[in-house]
Amino acid sequence: MNAFEEKAYSRRIDYGIWRKLLGYARPYRTHLSAIIAIMIVIAVIDAAFPALTRYAVDTFIVPRSAEGLGSFAAVYAGMVVLQAFLIWLFIAIAGAVEVGLCYDLRQRGFRRLQELSLPYYDSTPAGWIMTRMTSDTERLGETISWGVVDLMWGSTTMLAIAVFMLVMNWRLALVVLLVVPPLVILSYLFQQRILKNQRIVRRTNSRITAAINEAILGAQTTKALVREDANLAEFQGITGAMRRHSIRTAVVQSLYVPVVLAIGSVGTGLVVAVGGSGVLSGAVSFGVLVAFVSYTVQFFDPVRELARVLTEFQSAQAAAERVMDMIETEPEIVDRPEVIARHGDVFDPRPEHWSRSRGSVEFRDVAFTYQGGETVLSRFNLRVEPGTSVALVGETGSGKTTIVNLLCRFYEPTSGSILVDGIDYRDRGLLQHYRDLGYVLQHPHLFSGTVRENIRYGRLDATDAEVEQAAAHVGAAALIARLDRGYDTEVGEGGNLLSVGEKQLVSFARAILADPVFFVLDEATSSVDSEAERLIQDAIETLLRGRTSFVIAHRLSTVRRADRILVIDSGRIVEDGTHAELIAARGRYYRLFTNQFAHEEDEEALQTLYS
Amino acid sequence: MRATRVLNEALKGSRLIYGSAVLFVGLEAVIGYLPPLLVRFAVDHVIGNEPVDAPRAVLRLVTALGGTAALRERLPLVAAAIVAVALVAGAFSFLHGRLAAGASESLALRLRERLYDHIQNLSYDYHAHSSAGDLIQRCTSDVETVRRFMAIQFVEVGRAAFMIAIAVPILFSIDPGFAAVSLGIVPLVFVFSLLFFRRIARTFRLVDESEGRLSTALQENLTGVRVVRAFGRQRFEADRFDHHSSEYRALVYRLIRQMATYWSLSGMLCVGQIGVIVVYGALLAIAGQITIGTVLLFVTVVTMLLFPIRQMGRVLADMGRMSVALSRLAEILAVPREVDAPDALEPPIRGRIEFDRVCFSHGNRVILRDVTFTVEPGMTVAILGPTGSGKSTLVHLLSRMHDYQRGSIRVDGVELNQIRKRWIRRHVGLVLQEPFLFARTVGENIALARGNALPNDVHRAAKTASIHDVIESFDRGYETLVGERGVTLSGGQKQRVAIARALLQMPPILVFDDSLSAVDTETDARIRRALSVARGDATTFIISHRLTTLSQADLIVVLDAGRVVQLGSHDGLLAQEGMYRRLWAIQRERHEELEQELLHAGEESHERL
Repeated sequence: MNAFEEKAYSRRIDYGIWRKLLGYARPYRTHLSAIIAIMIVIAVIDAAFPALTRYAVDTFIVPRSAEGLGSFAAVYAGMVVLQAFLIWLFIAIAGAVEVGLCYDLRQRGFRRLQELSLPYYDSTPAGWIMTRMTSDTERLGETISWGVVDLMWGSTTMLAIAVFMLVMNWRLALVVLLVVPPLVILSYLFQQRILKNQRIVRRTNSRITAAINEAILGAQTTKALVREDANLAEFQGITGAMRRHSIRTAVVQSLYVPVVLAIGSVGTGLVVAVGGSGVLSGAVSFGVLVAFVSYTVQFFDPVRELARVLTEFQSAQAAAERVMDMIETEPEIVDRPEVIARHGDVFDPRPEHWSRSRGSVEFRDVAFTYQGGETVLSRFNLRVEPGTSVALVGETGSGKTTIVNLLCRFYEPTSGSILVDGIDYRDRGLLQHYRDLGYVLQHPHLFSGTVRENIRYGRLDATDAEVEQAAAHVGAAALIARLDRGYDTEVGEGGNLLSVGEKQLVSFARAILADPVFFVLDEATSSVDSEAERLIQDAIETLLRGRTSFVIAHRLSTVRRADRILVIDSGRIVEDGTHAELIAARGRYYRLFTNQFAHEEDEEALQTLYS
Repeated sequence: MRATRVLNEALKGSRLIYGSAVLFVGLEAVIGYLPPLLVRFAVDHVIGNEPVDAPRAVLRLVTALGGTAALRERLPLVAAAIVAVALVAGAFSFLHGRLAAGASESLALRLRERLYDHIQNLSYDYHAHSSAGDLIQRCTSDVETVRRFMAIQFVEVGRAAFMIAIAVPILFSIDPGFAAVSLGIVPLVFVFSLLFFRRIARTFRLVDESEGRLSTALQENLTGVRVVRAFGRQRFEADRFDHHSSEYRALVYRLIRQMATYWSLSGMLCVGQIGVIVVYGALLAIAGQITIGTVLLFVTVVTMLLFPIRQMGRVLADMGRMSVALSRLAEILAVPREVDAPDALEPPIRGRIEFDRVCFSHGNRVILRDVTFTVEPGMTVAILGPTGSGKSTLVHLLSRMHDYQRGSIRVDGVELNQIRKRWIRRHVGLVLQEPFLFARTVGENIALARGNALPNDVHRAAKTASIHDVIESFDRGYETLVGERGVTLSGGQKQRVAIARALLQMPPILVFDDSLSAVDTETDARIRRALSVARGDATTFIISHRLTTLSQADLIVVLDAGRVVQLGSHDGLLAQEGMYRRLWAIQRERHEELEQELLHAGEESHERL
């Protein structure tokens, strides 16, 4: 089972996670302080507008005097402009924090991903990593920057309004503030409920997406099995659940707003009743009453906001845990500090201390056990002289791939050591090892960009001439010349605009440009047309010439050519020799050769016939 | 199909609910005005001493309550009225929320189910040539765009319209001059936000594109992790990612700054308008033309009005996005579905098949021409030919995945074109070269074609397909989930599961479309041995490249460029000049070469010894 179950994440607020995240926000201290300052001023201005209105009522309207109205208008206009400017400023600053934080988290994550070892990739689906790196980081950047904004705005506005009211008339203010506690409690309860429902809706939604995925990818199979009606019935089950859950969420949300408004109206009612009688008895001025009416309305938005923001933080916590989890994963395969000091690390290589390997490899008592506990190799020994080509044959699961993965240091031996030129490869450093290593995959992987850029990936400082030379060397020149725009042809995402054969040849050119000492080839079984097949065969021959090579071989011709053939079974070398020797021995290799490759014989016969 | 028709049909049955949602939004908006009116009344007439100038109905109500003087004694009553009105408004608000959610969720449900049903019933050909990613995108995010618009924004248009419809007459009836000054900003804000959101759409698109590039870079780094490592290109990758990431950051920031400009400018317009009302209102009040309460009322009503107006610009801009989404969905729904004639037949099927001058073209490419041969029930037919010779098409005709254009195929004497598609498919066990497994357990995947299959039947089919032992080796056996969250099966294992699935169907016709290509020779031979017993009397078609497989067939059909070039049994074909004999000759030659090589190799190593 290679099921990758997501860890169950806690529901409770985990301050540790947020403290760590705040660490990432440290470079934005000044920004955040500026936001806080601006929000305070904005809150004061917000609270001041009703005060201005009150002033206008008490100074101009009630005494019916226009004296000073001009300067009042000027002050008001000034505040409007100031307010607009401050709003612009805080959005821009909070935006800078948001994009900055997202960027930083992405950078951190990406760097960590470059350091993480292959076992991590083998056990983590790419989709999960994508989520962490895109929507999760974005969510965090957004929550932290705007969360701080809303938190500040909400609390300062509430505070400012409370202060204004208390100063104007503390008795009336206390009456109004009576409604705050129930409002806060109800808001919190509602938001919790909404959050819970939203989670269910999101989960159901991903079930819908999965079902649609299957309907489209499996459409032909569905037809062949006449499963249309059964599938639709199942799908209706999910869409029905989606409607039910969505409506339930909407009901809670639709209830929340009226509840808040009703509580708010109690506040207004209290102002009218208590404040009104105050006016009648002369204890409260008319202007104060008017201002209070505005304040009660203004007071409730910040409460709603605060409840929302706190819930937002809570729901973003899962994203925070996922991102921090990834960033904090320790790579399993790293160089020791003294090796790094000498040879550098992936981001800061020190090639001046590297020397080109002569090309001898030795596995000495190598054992390897996968994380799951499955032992693939134990006491594995192998010595390969410089320039030898080795073909590994054996059934699926025999350990061929593990041997190659160990050689590439995608994995490290659980015990024992692998020596290059007699030195443990862990002492030579990762990058020096990769400098000497060439690796071509079963399913060649190209990056979006041009053919030229892809070949140059093998050696970044190669000139155009050198790139073309490499292509010519592996016999890909004619084929590339036939492409629409030659070397400047875009290969598309993952190289998918090219055919399998073309991709393979480009990946060979890329490998030979790097001029490796060792060469590792996981040979493809996929069938390509006969011309491409011939080109590929020739290219492989060119690539292997004069290099120490390890090939997981599927093609008869490749195996025949090898200097040494190793038959692997259950992690052991059961036969070792040249093609002729092993055929003569009439053992495992002979059987594999006559049986396993018979299929290929058939294919080749057909190809010969049709061409 | 037109986009509006798609929407219309999806709305069917929810229109009334939708209408009531909009109605309640309207009522909510109307009631929403009452609290400020009430407050104004309280402030002016109850607490203040202005004479009442309200409509007669209100006057009568006030008189009934004992006049303003009496109310002054009972201020709590006024307060209670304010709360009561808020409760009624709240009830409307709740009703609107509930109804709008109900209507839009039903709309989304209908859209989803309709698309799902439609896609399942599109032709085999459509699926072979369409981009799955694009289809999925449409069925998920485009539906979501429509739902969101209909759930939230559409209703908001109703609110803004109602509010304007109520506010304008009220304010104008109170004081036309003052109303004109107070509402002057409304069209301006509306046009401003409309233009702004049109403009910002460009930045949105740039951000989307940049995000696409960023996630492609990331995706490629993840899938190509071994290449990156083997070339030691981590630093290069980090720099490349940084380039995309910085670009994305810059664009998002540009978007945010544009938003900042919008919110601050439109905010300035709105608050400025309030200022104008206060100052102008003060002047009017000083002149004695209006009351304090009126100023207050104008301030409140206009404040309430401005936000929906600001939103409306956005809604109209989003409407563009929704109609694009809708027309993309309409495109899918416009593709014709597979249909059967109403009088399609459901004859008993035993497996005698006659091909008579069958022709099939795709576009203007002829794929099969004049294919003629007859298969008796229980026969095994092997089909051989180079890539593109029409092998797959030929066997797919049997399941009516494609329909032949000329000639005739008779299944037990009945013209295939007249048999109901689903009927014939139930009787043809088609195993594709790249079969699809559903994200459920292995056992369920096998039992898909026969819901009432017993575990024993499933196991027996799996044994025949040589996959039983593999399944038993999984931790949870037949209960093991397949796919992302369970085991990943190899190509050969998937093919074997699919074979078990077809066998369980026990169809009179079995078709293997090169469906043992990813299975090794030994397993292949084992499966074929088991099959020869398990398939019973089923007429079997096999496409294969393996000569041993071909040689065991009762009838071998050699296709080349859509024509039958040879037809007969293994012995018969070997006896005549042609492709088949050449194939065997080459094969024998190779075999001899191999023998030679083995002999030679033996001598060589002997010499060395």
